[in-house]
Amino acid sequence: MAAAENYPADLKYHSEHDWARIEGAEAVFGITWKAQDMLGELVFFQPPAVGAEIAKDAVYGEIESVKAVSDLVAPLSGKVVAINEKVESAPETINDDPYGEGWLVRVELADPGEAEGLLDVEAYKQLLSEE
Amino acid sequence: MSEWCELPLIFERSKPGRSAYSLPRYELPKAEVPAALARTEAPRLPELAEPDLARHFSALAERNFGIDSGFYPLGSCTMKYNPRLNERLAALPGFADLHPHQSPEDAQGALELCYQLQQALAEISGLDAVTLQPAAGSQGELTGLMLVRAYFQDRGELEQRRKVVVPDTAHGTNPASVTMSGFELQPVKTDARGNLDLEDLRRVVGPDTAALMLTNPSTLGLFEEGIVELARIFHEVGALLYYDGANLNAVCGISRPGDMGFDVVHFNLHKTFSTPHGGGGPGAGPVAVRRALEPFLPVPRIVRSKDGAFSLDSELPKSIGRVRGFLGPFGVLVKAYAFIRVYGPALKEMSEAAVLNANYLLSRLKDVYELRYDRLCKHEFVLSAAALKREHGISALDVAKRLMDYDIHPPTVYFPLVVPEALMIEPTETESLETLDAFVDAMRRIAAEAADTPELLHEAPHGRSVERLDEAAAVKRAIVRYEPE
Repeated sequence: MAAAENYPADLKYHSEHDWARIEGAEAVFGITWKAQDMLGELVFFQPPAVGAEIAKDAVYGEIESVKAVSDLVAPLSGKVVAINEKVESAPETINDDPYGEGWLVRVELADPGEAEGLLDVEAYKQLLSEE
Repeated sequence: MSEWCELPLIFERSKPGRSAYSLPRYELPKAEVPAALARTEAPRLPELAEPDLARHFSALAERNFGIDSGFYPLGSCTMKYNPRLNERLAALPGFADLHPHQSPEDAQGALELCYQLQQALAEISGLDAVTLQPAAGSQGELTGLMLVRAYFQDRGELEQRRKVVVPDTAHGTNPASVTMSGFELQPVKTDARGNLDLEDLRRVVGPDTAALMLTNPSTLGLFEEGIVELARIFHEVGALLYYDGANLNAVCGISRPGDMGFDVVHFNLHKTFSTPHGGGGPGAGPVAVRRALEPFLPVPRIVRSKDGAFSLDSELPKSIGRVRGFLGPFGVLVKAYAFIRVYGPALKEMSEAAVLNANYLLSRLKDVYELRYDRLCKHEFVLSAAALKREHGISALDVAKRLMDYDIHPPTVYFPLVVPEALMIEPTETESLETLDAFVDAMRRIAAEAADTPELLHEAPHGRSVERLDEAAAVKRAIVRYEPE
């Protein structure tokens, strides 16, 4: 069952509808409720390799729904230390729980200071209302 | 409806020993097959008597929906009526019975037709030389970019020119062709009027740019208002302009890609010049180029000598080589040539009627469906079901499925991606006012149903051979092979 629209206050947001949950020197990335709602039921997740270096604002993977294939944009730079295997085998987990069970990758941050450039929840909601 | 769903698979109709064919006597020596490759069991093929076979395929055909069944406004696909005359001409024995290996001396008529078609396409595109080889639009794109690549390699600039600029409204085949031809993709955004964002563009175009790939009018059905400036920006840095001909139906005989500044153009003969396509037949994707790119075109080239005889020339050292067997999909070429010649100098009326029909539909629907870029459209336009979704939970997919209950093929949905809940509608020039009005009535009734009886839309279609399909399950758990229980 699809989740209800929500945007947790403890996350940082990227304008391409990605989120980051910063936990010390690491962060977890995922896509927002809005992103999964626009895409519809997800059918495929193409993750980066564990150990891959990914760069802020650059593409680090792909997700595919019945409507479209979409690039995943990294909200922050770093090295991938884990990927969510549950989402690989059951991509619809993202629709069910975009901020919890539907997380995508865990990253060791290259520069925690980069998070300054991301949106807080109010700024992200403002962006959504303008689109 | 239930009996429709119970249509058995051909394997389920099979009874051992029945047969619907008799092959001619086999007169060739038996081929030697290496033991490792020879099968040990007979293949499990269905066995049916001829009447049962005929009924099976007739039952399948009855479930089909084509342009001969009804209105088919599938945006970007240009599903216009396919004139029967074209089929008659392509079936003439002189065309239909030609062998691909026939010597050029014995196939002068076919070569002349190809040559004349090349001339017509050069004239329509405003460019100098044409190849008919590519099998479809996507292969035309790839061929076009291989020509761009060969051109820069010949000039010693290939190392430097790595990037091909593609707008965010482009067909998915564009970025795929860029990657397949060894270039890097440089995306650019669309501005608030639906044009390519010139500010964004100036930031990314430079000495490392190889080309721009542009569809004009765009997939939004909008003519690129800055096309002259755009072409200047690219030509100033020595880059080339590639025209994706998917939407050529909007501009034939009115404006020419070559005059807009494009250097390479691909056509979709099956769309613009009406041959059965989609599930109905093969495509053809000829490519036209400016003189500077002609040496790189695929071989063989058709050459006309002074005495009017046609021959094939494969001795072109700079050619990218063959991209397909023989001269191209010949049956499609015959039909497209017939279509162009029937119009003759009046070809422009085709595009005028296509644009008029699209604007008529647009003006009669934009008060009930959102229109993001409100300006004159070309041959197609993109509406949004975003308001229906917000207010009634009805998506573009629900609208599309419900249209099937009104005996109308759904439009293209969820493309281009810059429009949320997109419904991309292309009526083509071959539909009557009555058909257009019936479509408007259906779309307006569906918008009313979205407010009054949303569950009716969620569960649509109701009157077709199958009910709403689970699209996600079809992707994730596809059954593509028959397994007896």
